[in-house]
Amino acid sequence: MLLSRNWLNEFVDVSDISDHAFSEDMTLSGSKVETVARPDAEISGVVVGQILEMVRHENSDHMWVCQIDVGGAEPIQVVTGAQNQKVGDFVPVALPGASLPGGKVIERGTLRGVESNGMCCSYQELGMTDRDWPHSVVDGLFILNSDPDLAAEAPAPGTPIATALHLDDSVVEFEITPNRPDCLSIIGLAREVAATYDRTLWLHTPPRTEGTGEMESLVRIDDEAPALCPRYTARLVRNVKIAPSPLWLRERLRAGGVRPINNIVDITNYVMLEYGQPMHAFDFSCVDGGHIIIREARAGESIQTLDGKDHALSAGMLCICDEHKPVCVAGVMGGANSEIVGDTAMVLFECANFNGPSVRRTAAALGMRTDASARYEKGLDPQCTVLAVERACELVALLGAGEVVDGMIDILPAPLHETTLALEPEKINALLGTDIAPEEMRRILERLRFAVDADDTVHVPSWRGDVAHYSDIAEEVARFYGYNRIPVTLLRGDTTCGGYTPEQQTESALGECCRALGYDEIITYSFISPGCYDKIRWVADDPRRDSLKILNPLGEDTSIMRTSVLPSMLEILARNYSFRNTNVRLYEIGRIYNRRPDGLADEPKVLVLGAYGGMDFYRLKGAVETLLRVLRIPDVRFAAERDNPSYHPGRCAVVLAADGTELGVLGQVHPLVAKNYGVEEELYCAELRFDRLFARTGATPVYVPLPRFPAVTRDLSVTCAEEVTVAQLAEEIRANGAPYLERADFVEVYRGAPVPPGRKSVTFSLSLRADDQTLTVEHADAAMAAILSGLERTLDAHIR
Amino acid sequence: MKERLKELRETSLAAIHSAENTAALEQLRVKYLGKKGELTALLKQMGRLSAEERPVMGQLANEVRSALEDTLEQCRIRLEEQALARRLEAEALDVTIPGETHTPGHRHPMYIVLDEIERIFIGMGFSVLDGGEVETADYNFTRLNTDDAHPAREWSDTFYFTEDSSILLRTQTSPMQVHAMESRTLPIRMIAPGRVYRKDEVDATHSPMFHQIEGMAIDRGVTMGDLKGTLNEVVRRLYGENTVTRFRPHHFPFTEPSCEMDVQCHKCGGRGCPTCKGEGWIEILGAGMIHPKVLQGCGINTDVYSGWAFGMGLERLALRRFQISDLRLIFENDVRFLEQF
Repeated sequence: MLLSRNWLNEFVDVSDISDHAFSEDMTLSGSKVETVARPDAEISGVVVGQILEMVRHENSDHMWVCQIDVGGAEPIQVVTGAQNQKVGDFVPVALPGASLPGGKVIERGTLRGVESNGMCCSYQELGMTDRDWPHSVVDGLFILNSDPDLAAEAPAPGTPIATALHLDDSVVEFEITPNRPDCLSIIGLAREVAATYDRTLWLHTPPRTEGTGEMESLVRIDDEAPALCPRYTARLVRNVKIAPSPLWLRERLRAGGVRPINNIVDITNYVMLEYGQPMHAFDFSCVDGGHIIIREARAGESIQTLDGKDHALSAGMLCICDEHKPVCVAGVMGGANSEIVGDTAMVLFECANFNGPSVRRTAAALGMRTDASARYEKGLDPQCTVLAVERACELVALLGAGEVVDGMIDILPAPLHETTLALEPEKINALLGTDIAPEEMRRILERLRFAVDADDTVHVPSWRGDVAHYSDIAEEVARFYGYNRIPVTLLRGDTTCGGYTPEQQTESALGECCRALGYDEIITYSFISPGCYDKIRWVADDPRRDSLKILNPLGEDTSIMRTSVLPSMLEILARNYSFRNTNVRLYEIGRIYNRRPDGLADEPKVLVLGAYGGMDFYRLKGAVETLLRVLRIPDVRFAAERDNPSYHPGRCAVVLAADGTELGVLGQVHPLVAKNYGVEEELYCAELRFDRLFARTGATPVYVPLPRFPAVTRDLSVTCAEEVTVAQLAEEIRANGAPYLERADFVEVYRGAPVPPGRKSVTFSLSLRADDQTLTVEHADAAMAAILSGLERTLDAHIR
Repeated sequence: MKERLKELRETSLAAIHSAENTAALEQLRVKYLGKKGELTALLKQMGRLSAEERPVMGQLANEVRSALEDTLEQCRIRLEEQALARRLEAEALDVTIPGETHTPGHRHPMYIVLDEIERIFIGMGFSVLDGGEVETADYNFTRLNTDDAHPAREWSDTFYFTEDSSILLRTQTSPMQVHAMESRTLPIRMIAPGRVYRKDEVDATHSPMFHQIEGMAIDRGVTMGDLKGTLNEVVRRLYGENTVTRFRPHHFPFTEPSCEMDVQCHKCGGRGCPTCKGEGWIEILGAGMIHPKVLQGCGINTDVYSGWAFGMGLERLALRRFQISDLRLIFENDVRFLEQF
């Protein structure tokens, strides 16, 4: 909302308050100031000058040498190439050192040998257009005394041009919250200003008409949709003379960000800015039958709006119609079929109250949000329509724009109710933590034009639809008492034990461990493209493709909720790869979103690791093993996984808990998947379900006494068939190692002579120990023999 | 014999002193003091001496022996010290060569800020709650006193999963207020950080997914003064003791009175500069006293209990803390960016 401070001063005089202080004070009382702009911000050093003498330039056939009175002791000499001036004219003169819009600086100089001490200006050079000055020419000097808008004013030479052209104003832009549509108006803001500064608010009351008068016989209005149109007020103007509005009105529209069009349209916009009440003006000759019908659109109806666009209308959209067709989309925009044009002779002013949500839905459906709909959608004061239409008629008379027809039609299907609340000072003080005297609360409310009875009944003004509860009254009191005067206290009451849950602590430990392993944390979007599932080679009927779909996504790339974190990680790996970053290690603990029957989602967290450069399967597996160890998850197994389409079939393992639950998967990303992401290098990823890890987190460790007797270590190398896995060998060793085998650590795999082809040699380092004695060679030999015979028997593995 | 002992003493001591290493010393020890050594050989001739001479010569011989032994020992120590010094010298390193490091990974900058905020609130007795992001319109809007006509419900602003606009991606962490009121016993002090979603195109300050932290305290007699005091304390711990704050009236459907909290611009001290867009203040959060309708909707007796709540955007905090110029960097995850923190 844009507020001209000059206009504001008509309602409450705050001309003594600087822009800066005004912004601060209004912001702190609840009307947030965004910016303050001055229309003359880019003009300096330009004054009114009167041409005293003009002679032809001796070296030019088109230039003039002018002696100009700019209010100084002596006239100054200025050379100009313009031709539309004459002696005695008043023109804008940029003095040496002046700056003009666009950053142009005027300096003393000589033009073809003749000294020139400034520049005479057109309004274009002052940053304005023919819309600002419709009566003066664009190309040529701005002759102030011949412009009808300025002729009467005759400013003295030397007057700053900003003053002469009424540019010395400040336009304040407010951010108005959606609960305060009343503040989308000069009067609404003036009420806030008056309350903020506790100053007198001067409200003007336009003359009132009583009864329907002559209008009764000229117009019939039927409200067929009272729920969507709680009030419809109209007046008629005849013998209309369409013309440009006077300067003062155009200036105020411009300050309010509205383009001047003609006197009738400008009047409706002026009233909208002043009262916050949108209006519409119909060319009454285009309303068939002189009959206005307020109804929902019928299927198949359409309208061309004032902006020239055609719209198909649908049921539920409220329209203002005549006997045959819609002539206006209620609260949004009028129809081209009843537009005010140059020869409009009779005008119907509409000043209505429409249902906010209905206007919002219609405007959204038609894709057009207008100044009117933006106000209506927040819910307007139904009491305002009469005042606003009377103001419009007053302006018609003032501007000589036509003859107002006697009488008014005001349709109000249901009576209006006043909101009353009890002023409860104790409750308010308890909520705010203050000790504000009840008398002060009453004064604040009265400043805001709430009436407070002796019994503390608060009468809420009709324009304050947002106030319906004692807490709303508390806010009004707090705003003008001052939020920053409320004493600062800390919470009292029962002690609460804050802190992280065990699950949060585990998540945090997991993240710390990932970082200790050298992995950087990333944050990725939860939504992905459906094409991602193709890129990670999930088959077309993979049930995991059943993702929650956003019906109104920003784009395809962010249109479904991921059921896998792999695509997100691969995208970031690929991005880093394209940035030529080397040896990248990344992790994220992010959610996946699995559709639930009730339409919501299970959102388990998944730890995903991703890496390339200096990485291989066993390094990645080592990282995963470290994580599992840190969480003390016992008895985890890794099993070869050949069927995961996203991973290398020979370099992929599932991670299995003791009970067989799949905790996750890890391995080299399938080269075709890597290729889909534009990466030539080997990519490695691991995906681990955080919820399943957390559920298996080991208990607090219990101390085991340290061994008192030394261990015997023996290396064991056996040859076996290629198909036999290291895990099988280790398991067999452990199975036969009792009672002395303490550890069996894998050392290496060897292939080549003298091991025959098709077989391999596997070396373990065994540690044997007894609790109660130093192990003898005989004991150790016997244990080794048992282990070996087991290996031979079950796996055809023989000592090398 | 006396001369021969003297001569032996002189030649042997000279030889010992000129020995260059411990091996040479050992050879000399064998040569003079060994079983077949020269001094031993001389001593074997003692038998031939007279009874008068024998003790004298014996004493002399012992003196020579101990002189030899002492000198050998001294030289050994000296040579060993020299050898050690030479070795250490030879082992000297260029200590300016960089050490071998293991670089740990990095916490994402946004979570660094989140960790900090969580610790501050935990210190004040708050719990940290986690909740779903696919949410019902009921929790995201209706139960937060946001009526059916509220513009935030528009399809142009909120992502929906169902045609009837009943299931959506939460647009704020505020539904956690309702979940907390339903699932916890009073009094409640909680914060709930998490992802939220709004239909904003990606640019330097917008992202369709971002993070908020919700905070809420409900107890008997909780006041707006408590809200101000708690948030002031948090901001001071976050930005320093001398941080200046202010509270401005604002509007949220689920709080009344509502406010926004500003901190005075750290760059210009409130005079106005590009960082604060000339305002002198930087908005950091929205807050207010929980609307009685919201409390009552969760079965909380508003004659006894009151509460406050706030919500703040995490990205903006992180951007400001680390002077990151563009929000897109947060989600780009370039390791050259991540490894700066």
